[in-house]
Amino acid sequence: MDPRDFWGNRTKSCLCLILLFAVLLGFYSNVFSLIPRRQTEKSQSPEAHHVQGRRESLTLSEGDGHLDSCRIPEVPRLLYPKAQLLKPSRVDVLVMTPWFAPVVWDGTFDSALLDVQFRNTTIGLTVFAIKKYVVFLRLFLETAEKYFMVGHKVIYYVFTDRPADVPQIALQDGRQVVVLHVGNYRRWQDISMHRMEMISNFSRQRFLREVDYLVCLDVDMKFSDHVGVEILAPLFGTLHPVFYAADRQSFTYERRPLSRAYIPRDEGDFYYAGGFFGGSVPEVYRLTTACHQAMTADQAQGIEAVWHDESHLNRYLLSHKPSKVLSPEYLWDEQMLQRPPLLRKLRYVAVPKNHAEIRNR
Amino acid sequence: MHCLRLALGLGFCLLLGITLCSLWMYVENWLLVSYIPYYLPCPEILSQYPQPKLLEQKPTELLTLTPWLAPIVSEGTFNAELLRHIYQPLNLTIGLTAFAVGKYTRFVQHFLESAELFFMQGYRVHYYIFTHDPQAIPQVPLGPGRRLSVIPVPGPSQWEEASMRRMEAISVHIAKRAHREVDYLFCLDVDMAFRNPWGPETLGDLVAAIHPDYFTVPRHQFPYERRPVSTAFVADGEGDFYYGRAVFGGRVARVYEFTRGCHMGILADKANGIMAACQEESHLNRRFLSHKPSKVLSPEYLWDDRKPQPPSLKLIRFSTLNKDTARLRS
Repeated sequence: MDPRDFWGNRTKSCLCLILLFAVLLGFYSNVFSLIPRRQTEKSQSPEAHHVQGRRESLTLSEGDGHLDSCRIPEVPRLLYPKAQLLKPSRVDVLVMTPWFAPVVWDGTFDSALLDVQFRNTTIGLTVFAIKKYVVFLRLFLETAEKYFMVGHKVIYYVFTDRPADVPQIALQDGRQVVVLHVGNYRRWQDISMHRMEMISNFSRQRFLREVDYLVCLDVDMKFSDHVGVEILAPLFGTLHPVFYAADRQSFTYERRPLSRAYIPRDEGDFYYAGGFFGGSVPEVYRLTTACHQAMTADQAQGIEAVWHDESHLNRYLLSHKPSKVLSPEYLWDEQMLQRPPLLRKLRYVAVPKNHAEIRNR
Repeated sequence: MHCLRLALGLGFCLLLGITLCSLWMYVENWLLVSYIPYYLPCPEILSQYPQPKLLEQKPTELLTLTPWLAPIVSEGTFNAELLRHIYQPLNLTIGLTAFAVGKYTRFVQHFLESAELFFMQGYRVHYYIFTHDPQAIPQVPLGPGRRLSVIPVPGPSQWEEASMRRMEAISVHIAKRAHREVDYLFCLDVDMAFRNPWGPETLGDLVAAIHPDYFTVPRHQFPYERRPVSTAFVADGEGDFYYGRAVFGGRVARVYEFTRGCHMGILADKANGIMAACQEESHLNRRFLSHKPSKVLSPEYLWDDRKPQPPSLKLIRFSTLNKDTARLRS
């Protein structure tokens, strides 16, 4: 082998080695950047066995909200006013329950800070527009575009039996409407109660993969002020506007022991409204599954809870305390109720409707 | 022939790389703990407790929620009985680390005795006492379900040096054993004592305590590290609360990330020949600014007995022992 050929070979193999090294570097840098994401995914092991009640095992994915995943969100440098330890934000109302769930009122939170903490979150909004209730969709979606989770990724899941009647709304970036075609029921009570079943089914089928948090709302309402990520928690409920100041004895819980939604007169924290609840997808799945099973059991016994799915929701939230409670700012009816001064904002309010005309058609 | 060898070499490297990657991911997963449900399940038979009153008439003296909606724990904000019913069935083990290095071994006895009286009564507790002199750790009788492990650490040459290595020691310890043994971990200073019950109201993902000397003080007077060259630098218009280094904790995985983050910052500063103004506490505060705690303990949980107790703090639970600090640091 003559020297020239030898050196030619050496150069070639050196070049090949350098190329090889570069390829490997590129390959592994990509792999390593995937590891933190995979770690969040793998960190969700199935829930502890001591959890009471029947639970369906649910594989949790990286779709979990940040509070579920094993990460404290990192916030970049931000300028905002400092909280004063000796100056409570609100003195006229309770801002934290005895089990440390914040009660969300205006003035208790800093939106800018929370927006940054929740910046990579996708929120799913479920709303049911069955039969004539499709007429409420336009106002609902238009006001949601203005006030609901602005700046975050949102998927509106519209459950309807009339997909053709779903209006086309101009949507901001990162927001989409998904129309889910479902069947209807003859009685409005059945429609209301079967929401639980449908949310439960779809949670497992698709919500788990697509969103981090689910917010389950009534459609015959509109947004009138900011509703943002301050509401997001593993499990949250909203205080019913009629009962927020009432004693537990006067809550309209289901009081017949035969029903699975039964709550005795000396128990109960709050009366939660059936029209605004939510949480992380696994928690909403558990809630809706439990409520649906309870309602099925009641049906077999020939009993229907006094306020249908709302009674069952209250039963569930009594034994599974929500991690956040939303004040009546988040669900109000201006026609029915006089607005007290403690409500600085009205964020989600009822739209006037003719009950007889709208229901059962 | 040449191409074949090259291809073989490439294939071998790829295989090696994949093996290393999967090994790494497996190792990282050792650090993660089992999932603890955060909705709080209640047993079917609920104890009677008063209904929460939404329209509070009595003025609350302390802020109870941070602007990022983390609870601030103080007496009156929680129902101990309710929390007991919620947390007891979870069969949690709470870890507690304390560093007794150099002359600080003399505090261990009183610390442990007071912990036996007040810290997490009714729960499984595992004390980790880090010391250079295991013989100096006294035998303190422990209640059922409570155990103590002595973790050897190198003796300090200087007090500052010892305090700076605490973050590293805790993170290494978690990675080596604590992640398997406890669900929550608290890292406390040993030259203190428990005065009143410290219970499950303190449990959270990442928990910090407000420093007793600075809770009435505006943020520009906080003793943050103010030199931009340090990794613990906090600018003038920034800061929520000044947290104390003597109390922090949370879920084991969160405490691991937190202490590692602080340790990295300390190392970076050391490489640049800088020591932060309040040593480890500066780094702790820097980290809590960008990774906000999910629960904050009021100064009831970290008090200085030399100060007069203000009316806003109803029940002091953990406070300093008077001591001659100058003598100790020598």
